[in-house]
Amino acid sequence: MLDVLNLACVRDERVLFRGLTFSLNPGEIFQIAGVNGAGKTSLLRILCGLATPEAGEVKWQGEIIKRARDSFHQQLLWLGHQPGIKAVLTADENLRFFHADSLLKTRWEALAAIGLLGYEDVPVGQLSAGQQRRVALARLWLSAAKLWILDEPFTALDPAGIEKLTCRLEAHAAQGGSVLLTTHQPLRPVNCAFRKLTLPEGVVS
Amino acid sequence: MMWQVFTREIHLALRKGAEIVNPLWFFLIVITLFPLGIGPEPQLLARIAPGVVWVAALLAALLGMERLFRDDWQDGSLEQLMLLPLPLPAVVLAKVTAHWVVTGLPLIVLSPLAAMLLGLDIHTWWVMALTLTLGTPTLSFLGAVGVGLTVGLRRGGVLLSLLVLPLTIPLLIFATAAMDAASMALPVEGYMAILGAFLAASATLCPFATAAALRISIQ
Repeated sequence: MLDVLNLACVRDERVLFRGLTFSLNPGEIFQIAGVNGAGKTSLLRILCGLATPEAGEVKWQGEIIKRARDSFHQQLLWLGHQPGIKAVLTADENLRFFHADSLLKTRWEALAAIGLLGYEDVPVGQLSAGQQRRVALARLWLSAAKLWILDEPFTALDPAGIEKLTCRLEAHAAQGGSVLLTTHQPLRPVNCAFRKLTLPEGVVS
Repeated sequence: MMWQVFTREIHLALRKGAEIVNPLWFFLIVITLFPLGIGPEPQLLARIAPGVVWVAALLAALLGMERLFRDDWQDGSLEQLMLLPLPLPAVVLAKVTAHWVVTGLPLIVLSPLAAMLLGLDIHTWWVMALTLTLGTPTLSFLGAVGVGLTVGLRRGGVLLSLLVLPLTIPLLIFATAAMDAASMALPVEGYMAILGAFLAASATLCPFATAAALRISIQ
């Protein structure tokens, strides 16, 4: 689905990685590992098309992502460090903006699935950091996108939340979607195709 | 999709009422203080009214400009907006329109009050409202480019005014000239045509420039 060819990234005249080549298959969870500052977030932002690489290209279904932005964005769900939810809106309003065609019932089910039952109409600003994170993660239960790119999705989650999220990622992979993620928490063994890329060496295992 | 972006922006602005009221309040205060400061002579007030109204409107617009993309940048919404299945210039257009509805439109609504405080007659007020109707959206569009360029900077405020204010000078000149002409009962169509041309040019070009600026800022 997503092909990465000879990617290089330079930050402040420091080469973070170069010659990175891999491709992401449907039904796969792909973890990007590396120490702090190895360029994990930079890599994810390049793959989303938010940042431009120093060299190399990223292709979505054979097309360079810059050329096929609309069709690529339709199939992409990105959750970054900042979750992109509005503190003054309620959890339900936040979800409704991103998934306008969803029903109220499905949105509330998504919030219940991530453990936010009863918080649907509370402004997100009044929730705790972990709960705010969960509001953003509830999008994973609503999204029809094939490719999920998640930057540290497990941050601020409790063990039960991590387990729920991991199950959701597995279910997504089982449906033929793929997940690209970075995490410092050890991921439990998953029952689907799993690969790990370590930066800056660029070794896929 | 554009409509959703628009309604969400309006929604957000209404939840954070203070941010909309502040520039309006500033506009009204400036206009109220001038007659107190320089004396209530009708001729003098009528002479300086165009300049006062437009300088106040310009500064009020600048005051509320930064909120256009700053909050979105801070909480990550800007990245999400850039990854919507909608071209970025369209997102910008929706956001700027919403921004104008909450900052520019109220100025026009307040303009009768401003005209009364400055002792303008009905005809001059009418022309003033027209210049504001054509001029404030132009300000929002020009400002969007500046905000797009400075959104990632820590103290972008000063830089923003340096970038945007020079671009608004022609607008200021033609808008005040139109009001001067109106107060002397001269025709104003020519000025209005130029203001309309400014608006047409900025509304069509600025969304693309802003989109490009945002892509650079978000790197």
